[in-house]
Amino acid sequence: MSEVKKIATRESYGNALAELGKLHEDVVVLDADLAGATKTAVFKKTCPERFVDCGIAEGNMMTVAAGIATTGKVAFASTFAMFAAGRAFEQIRNSIGYPNNNVKIGATHGGISVGEDGASHQCNEDLALMRTIPGMTVICPSDDVEARAAVFAAYEHQGPVYMRFGRLAVPVINDNPNYKFEIGKGILLKEGKDVTIIANGLEVAESLKAAEMLAHQGIDAEVINIHTIKPLDEELIIKSAKKTGKVVTAEEHSIIGGLGGAVCECLSASYHVPVRRIGINDTFGESGKALELIEKYGLDANSIYNTVLDFINAI
Amino acid sequence: MNKKELKLVANNIRKAIINGVYAAKAGHPGGSLSATDIMTYLYFQEMRIDINDSKNPSRDRFVLSKGHAAPCLYAALAYKGFFPVEDLLTLRKLGSHLQGHPCIAHTPGIDMSSGSLGQGVSAAVGMALSAKIFKEEYRVYTLLGDGELQEGQVWEAAMLAGFKKLDNLVVIVDNNNLQIDGPIDEVNSPYPIDKKFEAFNFHIITINGHDYDEIESAFNEAKRIKGKPTAIIAKTVKGKGVSFMENKASWHGAAPNAEQYAIAMEELEKAGDALCQK
Repeated sequence: MSEVKKIATRESYGNALAELGKLHEDVVVLDADLAGATKTAVFKKTCPERFVDCGIAEGNMMTVAAGIATTGKVAFASTFAMFAAGRAFEQIRNSIGYPNNNVKIGATHGGISVGEDGASHQCNEDLALMRTIPGMTVICPSDDVEARAAVFAAYEHQGPVYMRFGRLAVPVINDNPNYKFEIGKGILLKEGKDVTIIANGLEVAESLKAAEMLAHQGIDAEVINIHTIKPLDEELIIKSAKKTGKVVTAEEHSIIGGLGGAVCECLSASYHVPVRRIGINDTFGESGKALELIEKYGLDANSIYNTVLDFINAI
Repeated sequence: MNKKELKLVANNIRKAIINGVYAAKAGHPGGSLSATDIMTYLYFQEMRIDINDSKNPSRDRFVLSKGHAAPCLYAALAYKGFFPVEDLLTLRKLGSHLQGHPCIAHTPGIDMSSGSLGQGVSAAVGMALSAKIFKEEYRVYTLLGDGELQEGQVWEAAMLAGFKKLDNLVVIVDNNNLQIDGPIDEVNSPYPIDKKFEAFNFHIITINGHDYDEIESAFNEAKRIKGKPTAIIAKTVKGKGVSFMENKASWHGAAPNAEQYAIAMEELEKAGDALCQK
């Protein structure tokens, strides 16, 4: 088997911005002293006149981006997820969400795979926070191909968009000619009949691996990539739940309020099936290597495999 | 517009503020009345805006960072012609486009939603930055409360504005010296305000915010300043124009009762008549 290509989605973000900036004169990118880490430095290199470093002042950056958006430009505001969705929540809510300003938030370093920096920088709450803002589109891409597509789709979309990218290099899984990204449309990656695994971000690749392991045990798992948490592809989720009767969600985020929460809200309103949520179990993270943390917090393929088996056996 | 005409417009705006807040039985008269002369000058003399082409990308922009002075902004927009003056009586009522705090999506003529203090000034900085990046000629004005200066975000915005040499930006501080809990220098003093903005590379002008000669010369001076933004520290009287509201923190966010309303309107009518006779 050939070596799987791995790229961090923050790299994809920076590359896509640079590409987008060359195509569209109205793109402005803002950062808060993290251009090297968020990879907006790639845009800065190609379009320096349209890059604004606001320094370490994320709340100000979000509202400055909103002001730029009111002048008809498309502003991409970038920092770590913790300081975007976390620190600047109220600026995003009142200056971007409420006025429906055309700002795209590129939040990198989402989730526990931030690694060594520890819990202060591991944002496991951003998707829940952003999802509650009316009119906000929330996207958590799974790989390089999807992250690039998300940036381009966000540009075309009129209104605020929150995109979460990761620090850790993750396998490229969507590199095929049939791949199509559409905001709000989930992707059925593997058909199955026994259980549905719904994932996003780096958990999509882990879920695909877990599905292979389950197949060896004679369990036919369906795997769905819900890259857009809001608006949620309810149709696809309900259809799959009707087929398999059992749903597992997998995300690098708190089990409260994120993908698991959104899927439960959908199914509790429309079609009742047992659901098991895999994610960060209402706890803070800690320092360590990204892969060690993913394993310790039960987010790796092996943990997903074990959780799915346990879930099926418990029903 | 000459100064007498401006003063008459301001008198109408003051009456509209009292009418609106009285009809709503809620709102912020004190800080609306202190900001009236500045906002009148901006909308009726200073800013290049056209109500028939209100979204023109080259227009000047105004952000009411102290969003609670919405009754004043709404009255200025109505008298400017953005929407009927009668709408002002629907202030804060269910179904009205005149929300408690300004919202770009609801009200014609509004350049940015505001109300959460400290954010409007950042939005104005964003607009001014955009003009610099895309080589547009428009100017951006934002009005802050003096209590608002306690918000850290104001200084994040000021740091960026000064550093980026945004000489197309004018920050006006409505320095009426009062906030909800009392005098600003007894709650958590932002003084010296001029020195603080100066330290952030602003050009400073201090004026009487009710004197049209001083207001005019300040805005003209701001246009001549190159390479730095201007901060106009406007000394004002909270509740200006209504005797019992003047210099009283308690009129920050309270509506007059029927008796108080009658007195206020009588005073403003008299002031208007006096202007006409001059």
